[in-house]
Order: sequence, then C-alpha cells, then structure tokens
Amino acid sequence: MFELLGIPPQVLFGQLLLGLINGSFYAVLSLGLAVIFGLLNIINFTHGAQYMLGAFGAWMLLNYLGVGYWWAVFIVPPIVGVTGIVLERVLIRRLYHLDHLYGLLLTFGLALIIVGFFRQFFGVSGLPYPPPPLLNGGYNLGFMYLPNSRAWVIVASLIVCLATWFIIEKTRLGAYLRAATENPTMVGAFGINVPLLVTLTYGFGVALAGFAGVLAAPIYAVNPNMGADLIIVVFAVVVIGGMGSILGSILTGFGLGLIEGLTRVFYPEGSAVVIFVIMALVLLVKPAGLFGRSV
Amino acid sequence: MKKMGFVLASTASLLMAGAAYATDVKIGVLNDRSGIYADIAGEGSVIAAQMAVEDFKATDKGINVSIVSADHQNKPDVGSNIARQWYDTENVDVIADVPTSSVALAVNEITKEKNKIFLASGPASSDLTGKACSPNTVHWTYDTWALANGTGSAMVAQGGDSWFFVTADYAFGHALERDTTAVVEASGGKVLGAVRHPFPGQDFSSFLLQAQGSGAKVVGLANAGGDTINAVKQASEFGITQGGQALAALLMFINDVHALGLEVAQGLVLTSAFYWDKNDQTREFSARFQERNAGQKPSMIEAGVYASVLHYLKAVEAVGDKDAAKVMAKMKEMPTEDPLFGKGTIRADGRKLHDMYLFRVKKPDQSKAPWDYFETVATIPADKAFRPLAEGGCSLVK
Amino acid sequence: MTTDTNPIAMAAITSVGAAGMPRHHLAIFAALFVFLVAAPFLLYPIFVMKVLCFALFACAFNLLLGFGGLLSFGHAAYFGMASYVSAHAAKVWGLTPELAIIAGTLVAAVLGLAIGSLAIRRHGIYFAMVTLAFAQMIYFFSLQAAFTGGEDGIQAVPRGHLFGLIDLRSSEVLYFFVLAIFFAGILLIYRIIHSPFGQVLKAIRENEPRAISLGYRVNRYKLAVFVLSATLAGVAGATKAIVFQLASLTDVYWTMSGEVVLMTLLGGMGTVFGPIVGAAVIVTMQNYLATFGDWVTIGQGIIFVVAVLSFREGIVGVLAKWIRKPL
Repeated sequence: MFELLGIPPQVLFGQLLLGLINGSFYAVLSLGLAVIFGLLNIINFTHGAQYMLGAFGAWMLLNYLGVGYWWAVFIVPPIVGVTGIVLERVLIRRLYHLDHLYGLLLTFGLALIIVGFFRQFFGVSGLPYPPPPLLNGGYNLGFMYLPNSRAWVIVASLIVCLATWFIIEKTRLGAYLRAATENPTMVGAFGINVPLLVTLTYGFGVALAGFAGVLAAPIYAVNPNMGADLIIVVFAVVVIGGMGSILGSILTGFGLGLIEGLTRVFYPEGSAVVIFVIMALVLLVKPAGLFGRSV
Repeated sequence: MKKMGFVLASTASLLMAGAAYATDVKIGVLNDRSGIYADIAGEGSVIAAQMAVEDFKATDKGINVSIVSADHQNKPDVGSNIARQWYDTENVDVIADVPTSSVALAVNEITKEKNKIFLASGPASSDLTGKACSPNTVHWTYDTWALANGTGSAMVAQGGDSWFFVTADYAFGHALERDTTAVVEASGGKVLGAVRHPFPGQDFSSFLLQAQGSGAKVVGLANAGGDTINAVKQASEFGITQGGQALAALLMFINDVHALGLEVAQGLVLTSAFYWDKNDQTREFSARFQERNAGQKPSMIEAGVYASVLHYLKAVEAVGDKDAAKVMAKMKEMPTEDPLFGKGTIRADGRKLHDMYLFRVKKPDQSKAPWDYFETVATIPADKAFRPLAEGGCSLVK
Repeated sequence: MTTDTNPIAMAAITSVGAAGMPRHHLAIFAALFVFLVAAPFLLYPIFVMKVLCFALFACAFNLLLGFGGLLSFGHAAYFGMASYVSAHAAKVWGLTPELAIIAGTLVAAVLGLAIGSLAIRRHGIYFAMVTLAFAQMIYFFSLQAAFTGGEDGIQAVPRGHLFGLIDLRSSEVLYFFVLAIFFAGILLIYRIIHSPFGQVLKAIRENEPRAISLGYRVNRYKLAVFVLSATLAGVAGATKAIVFQLASLTDVYWTMSGEVVLMTLLGGMGTVFGPIVGAAVIVTMQNYLATFGDWVTIGQGIIFVVAVLSFREGIVGVLAKWIRKPL
C-alpha cells in the first residue's frame, strides 16, 4: 500500500468521508442562511438555536408523544419553520428599513433567549436520542466502518439541497423569489405579495435548520448548546460561499467539510480554526465570496 | 428542575433562649449551574449542603448556618470574582464544591489570601494538593491522579496493555492523559498515540477513527461531561467496542451514564469515589436526596459536598469557633466519618483519603431498576487510591 | 449605521467647532468624577473597578462603531490578548503594573494595526465577518499557546507596586490607580471625537463617497480609528488582568465581542457617555443575577431584542433626545 505524506490511505479516505458528513450539515445550514440572506438581507444569528430546536423537536415527539424518527423528519422541520414565521412576523419584520447590522443584533438576542430557556429547562448534559432500527449497524467499506446513520445524513442532505436548488433556480416560485431579491418593489408591482414571500422564505430557511437538527439528533446528543458554536462556523461557510448564493453555499458547505477532514489528519488541533483562516483569505482576495455577486 | 437563588438552609431560629453562644456560619456553594457540569453538581450540591446542615442538626448545637449559591459558568474569571466578593462583602466563611479545575485553582488562591476555608469536592486537578496546595483547602472527593490510577492500572491488569488517548485539548485533559500515561507505563503497558480534540467538541468521529486505526487495545477518553458522552455515543456508533477495542472513560459520572443509556454505556469501566447503591446508609441518603433533586441520584461530587460540609460543621462544633486556622487544624486532626464515605482522614496537604472504586457499567438486562447501573470490579483501598504524600511536591509537607 | 434615527447625527452637528467642552459635558464629567471618587467607600471597590474596565472597553468600541461607523465583531481579540500579555508581564517578567499594562496595550495596538489594515478594506457585514474571523484565530492561538495557560488562564497575577513604590495590594489604593486610567482613557476618547480627526470620521461614517470626493484618504482615517479603538480596548483588558489578577479565555471568546456590542447598544452608540451606562447596567446585571443561572443569558437576550426594536438610541441616546443636547 502506498502512503501519502506518512498517512495511510484508509485513514485519509476515512477522514475525507467523515468530512463529507460534516459538510452535509454545513451545507444544509448554510443553505438556509443563504436563502434568508438573499431575500431578507438579514444575517440570521438565530439559525444555530433553530437547528437546536429541530433536534429538541424530534426528542420531544419521541418522548412526549411516542412519534419516531421517520415521522419526525417530516413533521419537525415545518413546525420549526412556523416558529420562525412567527418570529419574522412579530419581530424581524420591523427592521427591514434599517441597516443589516440591526438584524444581526436582533437575531443574536433571540438566540440568547431561546438557548437560555432550553438550558434552564433541559440542562446541558445532553439528552439521548436512540437512532431508529433502520439506522443501526453499518457497512464496512474496507477503509472504514460507515454507520448507516451517517450515510443517511449524506443522502438526506444531498436530496434536500438539490431540491432547494431546483425550486429556486428552475420553478416559477423560485423565479419570483429571485426577482424579489433583485427588486422587491418591482415584483410587488406585478401583483405578487412580497411580504408573504419574505415570510415564507424565512420560514423555509428556518425549516432547513430544523431539518439539520433532526438529522443531528441521533448522531450527537440533543443539547441546548449544540448550535452555539456551529453557527459561527456556518457563518464562515456562507461568507466563503458568497452571501445569498444558493449553489455557492451548498458547494462550499461540502467542500469545507472535506478540507476540515483533511486538517484533522494533518493537524487535528487546527480543525477548529481552518475554516476561519480560509474565510479571511477568501474575503481579502474575493470579497463577495467564491460564488457571490460583487457588492 | 433547578431551583433558583438564595437558599437559606436553616434560618436562625433564635428560639433557643439562653444558649451560651451562637456561631453564625455562612457556606457558599459555588459551581456550574448552567454549563456542562450543572447536572453533576449544580443545584444538587446545594441540596447536599442543606441536607448536611439538617442532618447535623446545626441549629440545636448553636451553629446558625446559612447557605448561598452562585453559578461560576466554568470560567475562572467569573468564579474568582464571586469568591472574592463573597469573602469581602458577604462574610462567607467556607466555599464548597467548585467543579472545573481552572476555577477551583483560582478559588484556592483567593481562599488562601483571605484566610478562609475551601472544601473542594468538584474539581479534578491533583495540583490542588500538589504544587498549588494550600493550608486552607481540603480536596475531598477525587482527583486526576486517583482516576488515572484506578482506571489505568485496572485496564492494564485486565490485559489492556496498549493505549490510544482521545484527549480534550485543555489543561484538565492534558493532566489526565499525562497521569494515565504514567500509570499505564508503570504497569507495563505502552501508549501508542494520542489525538487532541478541540474543547468542547461535538463530532468525535474522526478522532475515534484514528484511535481505531492505531490498533490499540484500549481507547482512553481523557475528557469530561458532554465531551465524554458524545465520544462514547459515537464510539458505539462506529463499532469501536464491537471491533475488540475497550473504551476507558477516565472521568465519568453516574449522571453521564444516565444520559447515555445502558445500551450505549454498557461495559465501560470507570473510577468513582461513591455509588448510591453501596450500602444501606448510602441508599438511605440517596433516596432522600433523589426526592429533593428532581429524581436524580447523587453524583460523587454531590456526595462529597454533603460529607465535607458535615465534617466542617463537626470541626466548628468541636472548636466552638469558626476561626479558619483552628477549624482547619481540627478537621485534619479529627478522623472523618460520614454515612457516604465511611471512615477516613485528611492528610497534611489537604487530601481527603477514602476508598475509591472501580465500576463497570451493567448490561441493560442486568439492570433491575432505574439508576441500577454499576457493578463493582475492585475496591482501591484509601492508602493506595491517592498520590503518595511525598510525590505531590506540596510545600506544606515537610 | 446611517439612519437618521441615530443620535450620533445630533452629536455631529452640535459639537462642531466646540473648542472647549460644552458646559453640560463638563458638569457630567465632574459629577462622574465626584461619584467615582466616593464610590469605593459606598460600593464594593472590585465591582466598581470591573465596571470601569468594561466601561473603558465599551467606550473604545464605541469610538469605532459609534463614531467610525464600523461594527467589529471581534473586539475581544484586543481586550483579551492585552489582558494575557499584561498578566504574563506582571507575573513572569515581574514588571511593575504600569509597565505590564503598557506592554499589553502595545500588543493590542500592533494586533489592531495588523488586523485593521486588512479588515478596513471591506464594508458592513463583511467587515464584521473579517474581524470575527481574525478574532477566532486569536482565540485559537490563546487556546494553544503555552504562555496563556489554556483554559486555566494566567492565575495569581501579582498586583505589584505602582512605579515600584506604591503597594497596590489594597483594593482601595488599586481603585484610584484604575480610576486614573479610566479617566485618562475617557478624556482621550472625548478629545479624539471632538478633534478635526473626529469630524472627518463622522463625515466618512455619514457618507463615505463624499468624503472620498472631498479628498480625504478614507482608509487612513478608518485604520487610525481602528487602531485607536483596539489600543484603548487593550488598555481596558490589560488593566482588568491586574485588577482580577487573572487573564482567561473568556476575554478572548466571541461572546465577549458580543457583550461589548450589547453594552454599547444599550447605553447608546455614538454618545459620549452611553457606553459607560451600558457597561454599568450589564456588569451589574451579571453580578447580581449570577445566582439565577441561565436567566442572565435570557435577560441579556431580552435586552438585546428590546434595544434593537424600540430603543436603538440607547439609554443615554433617549436622555439626550429629551434634553435636546448631545450626551
């Protein structure tokens, strides 16, 4: 067997695959952020908390109502989306005429409140969420053992990302959406209810975060703090991909997962920071991000 | 869940007319009430301290005890700030608990400076009775040396003679890895490698994969709290134990096992100073505790808070005064005895000595009741459980 | 941050050409001085010193946000790194406290120059993100570097003797040293805001293209204010390390960057006195609600939301509106 820089290939492939799994989470989360930013011009700092809500939603369904994982995958994201819609209608809406930065600060505050409440009532040790029987076990790929639960994450997030991309780029609804991003007044003049479109978009973006939360529940412990640090990383992903770029955030999400995986092989301690290094470099060379329009 | 705020354990019911003297003692329970240790210390430690005061019948003995509590958020700056304020402005005499080594080291310093008493039950760092030792501190429950010694030597004795560490990348993780490495090597095992993960971590898969690739017989988890829970969970997901490697969680509490569930946690070996189901006395205490603490059995930290507060009050009663130096001398002079840890002593460097236990987590079908989680593998006698007095480098030891 | 609701617009107009200090500012400074001199005898001195350090930090941040119009989401980097260097200098090198603070401040200034010169090329959200990215790197460095002591931080930092002579172990003596630093910092910031340099800054904030067309080298001004802000944040961080005898990761973590934004926003960005009030409120809240666990987090969140939705001028901004004078 050959070795690459002293790293046996099975370790390398294993880490790359794991990177891809992490990348799936980055992709779904950053996709949600990108959709929201594209239309609302709001940096949704609450996204991490909403991801956590998704995981708790699945946990509550299972523990309070006995509803299992496969139902949760379909039920929880819309519920989380609706909570997002309420936030948008009641609070975020009031800030559209102001600078972006106020949106950032408002959603930062909302995130503190939501996470604080969940910490108060559920503690922080993390709650167990048993994976459904179908996701137990796994395949031996030769270079590593791939648990079904992780393989499912890649598949599910790819489906969701592609479906979202398709809706936005190839359907009429998506066309309205993109048009509203460019010029809301004009689109409004054509008789389209832009405020409703905005609300639904926010709800959809939040639902994506909830979906990622459901995916995470059986893999990571369900924990109020689970989104707090992730959100900062996902921000970086969105910025690198280009704010508001749909395809950009998907590709960057998966790509950065891979890069992080590589870092874990060569310099494990650096895996927490490599994305920020890349972000700083990208912003300095290409300020609008890899796939973004120039600002 | 968690009760808030100021807790007056036993208000000074000054009905005892004509009492010859009354000593007012204020105990500050300082711990993590919102972070990763909130469920193993937190409000439970406050309840434990209250129970100690009640069981001691302090008021009847002319000691008026009040208890205050605060959240140090696992941050040394927050913790030292509260400790200083308690000592300076609120006349707190004793600080109890303080999980998280970094905060405990800070409180240790301040307690020495202000000449008060620190009953450390929560922290792990063996430096508290080593190079940072203080005449004002008793380190009650456990430390990194004891954990490494218990789990490390037991695993090697069972044939786990090659190790790979998954270590939390901060001082506590490094200390645990260092202490365990020493024990493993002294017992004739060898360490094949280690990987450091960011703290706190969510995803351990890549580190576990490296551990798997190393071919070591034992994967040592030198981390704590949520990190350990996640790592154990993911190790089971990636088939580490099914692949023939043993998992050693170097610091694990019963509440962590509770959170993981036996399906995932079964077979883990861990070192602990206390288990609720050890004898009638511990069962009796734990049942009372559970009732007041939202159904949670006491962790060893909470047990340590109870026992240390009890011993402190006995010393105050014996001295008839709360002067820190006198009480401390009495605490070290008197042998300790309490329902939870049995008989023990406090050494010159502040180390409390008692037996430690090596437990294995039961299989789901062996567990007969909720919280029936551990079976005893070995008892490590008090004189072998802790670092020998001479090796700590404590300046109090002549 | 260029909306008309912003109270800074008023400040810009009324303070033009003010060679001396307006009388009501002078009165406030005098009242503040009297209060702070009396404070250690009424309140717990260490608590007041904490407020002073954070107030100076918030004022330094406000110089950048309120007067430079630049939202940095990474100011913890300068505050925290200065705190580490100052603690290290006092403990390991055995420097006297004033030299330790100067050392910390210098490092913050250099760091500000390096990061600032890269960050100011970007605008708005992107500027915030670049500063955040660099702050995360500094955090990472602090976690890894040997001298910072990882999550233990640098503990048991000696307070030492001021100028090698005055023993600072007594909290009351230390208090007046900190008070002197605080006032020097605040007055310096006041001077900067009301200097010609400050006027140009406000012009850039209100309309950058116009400032460029007027021939100002905008980036130089932005960089200058960035470095000044980072330096003063460094003074605050370095002083805090001496007061608490501790430097820890909290001071470099991103939540600290969020906290200073909250203080500034709550007190009133673009006002002279707002950040002081904001810092006092937040520190007091953290201090007295410490027993309430997560309710502190929730409370901070609620303050954030309320402040953004209906209180964008901040406490002092609202007061300024009432009395129709810039504060």
